[in-house]
Amino acid sequence: MMAETSVHRPGAQPPDNRVSERAAESTFREVDDTERAIPAIEFREVTMVFDDRKVLDNLSFKVMKGETKIILGGSGCGKSTTIKLVLGLLKPDSGKILVDGEDITNYSEVEMMRVRKKIGMIFQEGALFDSLSVYENVAFKLHEQGVPEDQVENEVRRMLRFVNLEPAIDKMPAELSGGMRRRVGIARALVGDPKIVMFDEPTAGLDPPTARTICELAMKLRDLEDVSSIFVTHEMNNLDYLTSEYAVVNEAGEVVFETEGEKLCLINCKVLMMRDGQVIFSGTDETLRKADDTYIQKFLRGH
Amino acid sequence: MNIFKRLLLELQEMSLLSARAALGIFKKPRYIPEAIAQMDSIGVGSLTIIILTGFFTGGVLTLQTYQTLASYGATDQLGYLVSISLVRELGPVLTALMVTGRVVSAISAELGSMVVSEQIDAMRALGTDPNRKLVAPRLIALIVTLPLLTLVADVMGIAGGWAVSTFLYDLPSTMFINSVRDGITTDDIIGGIIKPLVFAFLMGTIACHKGLKTEGGTVGVGRSTTTAVVTASIIVIIADFFLAKALQVILGTQP
Repeated sequence: MMAETSVHRPGAQPPDNRVSERAAESTFREVDDTERAIPAIEFREVTMVFDDRKVLDNLSFKVMKGETKIILGGSGCGKSTTIKLVLGLLKPDSGKILVDGEDITNYSEVEMMRVRKKIGMIFQEGALFDSLSVYENVAFKLHEQGVPEDQVENEVRRMLRFVNLEPAIDKMPAELSGGMRRRVGIARALVGDPKIVMFDEPTAGLDPPTARTICELAMKLRDLEDVSSIFVTHEMNNLDYLTSEYAVVNEAGEVVFETEGEKLCLINCKVLMMRDGQVIFSGTDETLRKADDTYIQKFLRGH
Repeated sequence: MNIFKRLLLELQEMSLLSARAALGIFKKPRYIPEAIAQMDSIGVGSLTIIILTGFFTGGVLTLQTYQTLASYGATDQLGYLVSISLVRELGPVLTALMVTGRVVSAISAELGSMVVSEQIDAMRALGTDPNRKLVAPRLIALIVTLPLLTLVADVMGIAGGWAVSTFLYDLPSTMFINSVRDGITTDDIIGGIIKPLVFAFLMGTIACHKGLKTEGGTVGVGRSTTTAVVTASIIVIIADFFLAKALQVILGTQP
């Protein structure tokens, strides 16, 4: 078939292969893009001590552009501390932290404010401002920047549509359920389309369907928006969803989730497992499941 | 860490907090609506308790001193005594203590719960400095409203004293008013305004510092609120002594 179509008959138009050329060009451009080789987040031998207890012990890892890094680990192993360090909410005792290749370790609060604009953070319980409505919460960043109100409203509605919560726009945080609070938290974090997003146990204490919705949002960000993220969790179903499914837009223009298999293998989702502030595993979910470490197996199976 | 070091550290942190808040006032974005909202809740909100406190303090002063003055035949000095005690001491100190009970507790509890529910972290993550957004408006509101509240307390106190002397002891109304007018000097009034300015600054800094330093969940909020109220009350009373001495020297009213 291929040979037939490529035969050039005299007098006929040459075959139009420009589209594939363009596609190849854009693919190569992406592969050759040196910018993409710089990790979105990098930890180099970071140590953090709280009252004589080492919360992080020589922690090193990278999150590449467009990649989701799932950080697994029991309570108190330093997961939340790790993401607070990325935002500069805490400072390490030693080691280096780089965001987009920029060393932020010794940045002052003023310099950090600039870096934080690139990063969206979703807190454990949503951390919504109680005194502000859902609209004002999501609009917080834009109001602070002095953006005109009509633009603010458009952006807030767009973000609330993304998390399926537009009807709740005028509610106060106290009127929302746990899952809704998290979703408002996600909408608020995504204002300004940050390229790096941190999830701090976003599904803890939620029912399975709501937890699934939140994982779907994370997958949409990863696969459709090219967002790099750290997803801190200790729930196994989160790991299953994020490492085996991906978001695509179907012909009808709807976002659907497909399972990896024959056709495609997910390479933009890696797992990092921590214990007592140290990395005990780093790699893909397949190798994690095969690991013979008894702690990892106990963690995965629950016994 | 020994207690002396801890005290120094607290002092350093409070100075830094107030310095950052003060510097923030001159940078954009300015949080004027926040400051006005705080003035409303701190100032207007405290008006009722200050009116009642002032009125009854003036009343009880008259009640307690009338007998003594009458035994010396000096009841014409009643207005002077009541007004000087109120303007110089009782007005500023009682107002500060009442506002400490109502406002310092509220500020540190509010900021404390924001810390434990990660709202402060969220605010920083969204690129806003809590020192400027939360601390500065509260400090400004306290500094503006406390002197005004003190004036209200002074006036209401004198009114209370007048009411008791006129209606309970049947003294002529003009006698009380004249002795107030003759007794009070401009220096007394200036001193009475400077004190609440300093108190407001100290109370606001302590409240915000204790609130933002909250640790340990809801129990921690309770603890930091208690510490804030106790520390602010004691500091107000201690500062009052030194201010009184300093004002005597500065204004030259030292005997």
